[in-house]
Amino acid sequence: MLEAKALRSGYGRIPILMGIDLAVRQGEFIGVFGHNGMGKTTLMRTLAGHLRATGGSVTFGGEDITTALPHRRARLGLGFVPQGREIFGGLSVRENLRMGAIGLNDAEQRIDRVLEDFPRLKPILDRAGGVLSGGEQQILAVARCLCAEPKLVLLDEPTEGIQPSIVDEIGETLLRLRTSRGLTVILVEQSLEFIRKLSDRVLVIQKGTFIREVAAEGVAALADEFVGIDAA
Amino acid sequence: MDLAVVVLLQVIAAVASLVLISIGLAVIFGMMRVINLAHGEFIMLGAYAVIYATRWGVNLWVAMLVVAPIVVGLIGVVVERTVIRFLYGRMIDTMLATWGLSLLLIGAATMIFGNVTAGVSAPLGGVTIGEYQTSLYELVIVAIVTAVVLALMAVLRFTQAGLIARATMQNPAMAASLGIDTSKVYAVTFGAGAALSGLAGALISPLSGVVPTMGVAYVAKAFITVISGGAAIITGTLSASTLLGSLNTLATFVATPVIGEVTLLFAAIVLLRILPQGITGKFFRRAL
Repeated sequence: MLEAKALRSGYGRIPILMGIDLAVRQGEFIGVFGHNGMGKTTLMRTLAGHLRATGGSVTFGGEDITTALPHRRARLGLGFVPQGREIFGGLSVRENLRMGAIGLNDAEQRIDRVLEDFPRLKPILDRAGGVLSGGEQQILAVARCLCAEPKLVLLDEPTEGIQPSIVDEIGETLLRLRTSRGLTVILVEQSLEFIRKLSDRVLVIQKGTFIREVAAEGVAALADEFVGIDAA
Repeated sequence: MDLAVVVLLQVIAAVASLVLISIGLAVIFGMMRVINLAHGEFIMLGAYAVIYATRWGVNLWVAMLVVAPIVVGLIGVVVERTVIRFLYGRMIDTMLATWGLSLLLIGAATMIFGNVTAGVSAPLGGVTIGEYQTSLYELVIVAIVTAVVLALMAVLRFTQAGLIARATMQNPAMAASLGIDTSKVYAVTFGAGAALSGLAGALISPLSGVVPTMGVAYVAKAFITVISGGAAIITGTLSASTLLGSLNTLATFVATPVIGEVTLLFAAIVLLRILPQGITGKFFRRAL
């Protein structure tokens, strides 16, 4: 469904991604694990189109999107939940969700369906996005992305700075939606525990390339190796 | 009593005229962070659009309310596509480019329209209040400005286009990732701001002489109003116009028009010293 070949990217003249090869199949849940500064978020931003690829190629659903602009990728069905959540602070929760379904017919039904999956948002629909807690914002960011019913979701560090109970809630919701909606996801995380619960396979990124791929069962072994990063 | 009514009407008219000359600039600056130094020339083009449209037999009201905004709006879109869009996020470069554009438009207008004062006569005559007379046309401007502001608020608050505009203004990268073609949003927003400036020029044309350099007289006041207003486009423009317009008119009433202008500028300086982010940087922060 999504395929990256020898993908390179970076900021200005500083290269970050040194040739990423990645193939995601329909219905797969892929974890990308790595330390800070190894290129996880750069990878996500490049796949979402916010950073220009400096080499290699990306195809999505058979179409070459290496140079496509972000909105074009979104319309092709590539959903993006960025690091830091990027909620529209001045818009209400409902308006944030409407932005997720913008330009699609039956937008209201889509929003209702998403609200069934994220009941926590129902009582706060009219509150401004900017006053929500970090956890609520993260839930809203995921919900907003799903309003467009994307074919593939890029999920960048959804647990960062979020209280543990909400991390669990997000994890459980994603697990449930995986089966009910057949989500295809690339999840970037520093929390091995979270990644292990959700992913089919985990790619370990280091200095801008994948150095290893492990199946979900093998993640526990990774934890021993990366002791100190994620004691949980 | 009659005097009080007349003075009050003068104040309201002054406020409305400040809102009128500033709102186009407020839309462009507030939504896109583009400092459009050619704002005054958009006003000038709106005024000329009325002059020529009426010469060609178009009804004055149609010329003012329909022709001028459309003509200047289209010019705005062309300017955005050919100049501004390459300069987003580069404030100084944008200022230089729009300043150049301002000079270019003044030069072009002088060449095409001639360096003479054109004009249309003010419609509608006057109304008598007790022993005083005031212009009915000014009251019509107040009504039109009120309608424009209400319409703008309604569009921003209740329509899909307004939602897209507000979201793009707050976070263009995220809006793009939700499928919004932000480049198109910017073109339309710039066009809308230009159209509002064109409307301002059109409504002013019966009141002041129409010359190629007329924009210069308005651009400074418009900027002062928008900067004093702060981040919220409509609330900011309204509150700054109310404050500055009232002070200007009242000082004019007790002293002279020159003192009135000085008061306006002085008030703006004091205001920005106390509230560097403008009025809506401190108050009404969640407003539009």
